[in-house]
Amino acid sequence: MIQLENIRVDFAVRGQSVLAVDDVSLAIERGEVFGIVGASGAGKSTLLRVINLLERPTAGRVRVAGEDITDLRGGELRRARQKIGMIFQHFNLMQNRTVYDNAAYALRVAGKSKAEIARRVPEILRLVGLEDKAQAYPAQLSGGQKQRVGIARAVANHPEVLLCDEPTSALDLETSAAILDLLKEINARLGITIVLISHEMAVIKKICTRVAVMEGGHVVEQGEAYDIFATPQHPFTRQLVEHTLNLELPPHLVDDRQGTILKVLFLGDKAEEGVLSTASIRHGVAVNILHGKIEYIGHRAVGLLVVLLTDSPDAPAGLPFPLRLQAALSYIGSQASHVEVLHD
Amino acid sequence: MIEQWIAANFSPELAKQVVELFVDLLNAFGETFLMVSISTLFAIVGGLPLGFLLHVTSRKLFWNNRLANVTGNFLVNVLRSIPFVILLVLLLPLTQWVLGTTIGPTAAAVPLSVAAIAFYARLVESSLCEVDPGVVEAAEAFGTSPLRIIATVLFPEALPGFLRGLTVTLISLIGYSAMAGIVGGGGIGDLAIRFGYYRYQTNVMVVTVVVLVVLVQLVQSLGDRLASRADKKDI
Repeated sequence: MIQLENIRVDFAVRGQSVLAVDDVSLAIERGEVFGIVGASGAGKSTLLRVINLLERPTAGRVRVAGEDITDLRGGELRRARQKIGMIFQHFNLMQNRTVYDNAAYALRVAGKSKAEIARRVPEILRLVGLEDKAQAYPAQLSGGQKQRVGIARAVANHPEVLLCDEPTSALDLETSAAILDLLKEINARLGITIVLISHEMAVIKKICTRVAVMEGGHVVEQGEAYDIFATPQHPFTRQLVEHTLNLELPPHLVDDRQGTILKVLFLGDKAEEGVLSTASIRHGVAVNILHGKIEYIGHRAVGLLVVLLTDSPDAPAGLPFPLRLQAALSYIGSQASHVEVLHD
Repeated sequence: MIEQWIAANFSPELAKQVVELFVDLLNAFGETFLMVSISTLFAIVGGLPLGFLLHVTSRKLFWNNRLANVTGNFLVNVLRSIPFVILLVLLLPLTQWVLGTTIGPTAAAVPLSVAAIAFYARLVESSLCEVDPGVVEAAEAFGTSPLRIIATVLFPEALPGFLRGLTVTLISLIGYSAMAGIVGGGGIGDLAIRFGYYRYQTNVMVVTVVVLVVLVQLVQSLGDRLASRADKKDI
């Protein structure tokens, strides 16, 4: 659906050239929800704006729906943009126009007939759940409602692609979730390809099928959202994922420990308790779960447990604790997807 | 009728004075009205497009044109930096060329219009700078042409600012019009200076000043009302 090839964007900031996006290539499939995640200043917002040429790349090609739009100008570019919807972090609604007029904007720009606009606008306002707010002004709406108007405006003209620039960053947690659900619904019901950028892994995790991770103008890692989340490769991605999982232990648990603290990752259908209890019984170690989380991405689970292994008072006589611990570790290691010793 | 009432209760001289003042005031009011109306019309017709030109040719927007921007800014700054009294005299040849005369309220309206265009253009430009650039970006993202962005985004979003700016311009023009007496333009301000200042008729000055205060208040409250009706930003 969207092919970005060797995109490079240079900015001139106070006479100095800044490289915002450096040789990025992405292929986004029809109908998917593609996420671009990164810290602020990573170039993700610039990259998103390259797709509808709000930002013209210094080098590289942009193809949308099979058409190379890189060199389009004037009327041709405007017609191409009419097939690409966009929503914004700060909604960017016209303050002096009603919800109805804001939602109708893209249709009017595309030169639709009055009758068609009068038919389409109520339909699209119903889709975003604002049919009763048609005559309200943006100032009378909550943040979430404003973003719904933004979404209505963006999808009114049946675009093939919807670009989302930090769509939930100005919203509270609950409203964010509702907006993401709406985007997901729009993706599923209307089949619109969505490209979404965010600095929050949690947003990506909730709706994206595939993800690209950006740092310093580069895409450092890309793949299925599940894989990125479950087995991040690049240090920056790992940091992002860890930040989202937030498996931090209170310091006293670490300081007063009498054993080994492990982080154990289970993917898919692995029976977590089974592995740990077998290890406990078979090797005579006590397993204490200190922290744990199971995240669902799409319909697949990522289980993360932080456990403490200590000497069990019921251990059979014979092998000393360090050897039994070693055996337990290697058993868990062979069963779980990933094991990391946090503290010896 | 009032004349007779004053003559009977106070003195015939006072009655005569009041009537004369009333006639003078009415004349002066008509002249002010004429001058200010013409120059306000030109402020809108000339200042509005010039303000848009200054804005859309600036670096941030779609018609980035340095030459037009610098020229426009320079022109506006020059006109704005010349004190109106001097502009009035400086533009006498222009007035002569345009109207064939340099005397009367219509003649005074020429320099007033020039000042008004420059003044209002600056206010229009600053109102346009207040429009959220994100809204313009959104319009661009939906494939809106530059002219259409001006008509459907910039104009309606900045309209409250335009109305407030027009109010300020109108009031400044009423003030400027007082100097129109120099070229025989007349008007309320001129009346106040001629009678009140040169002839020491303090009462005439007080009356005209009161009339001016009332006029300015009216213009301001009308402008405020129109602007807040157009403004949906905080309701």
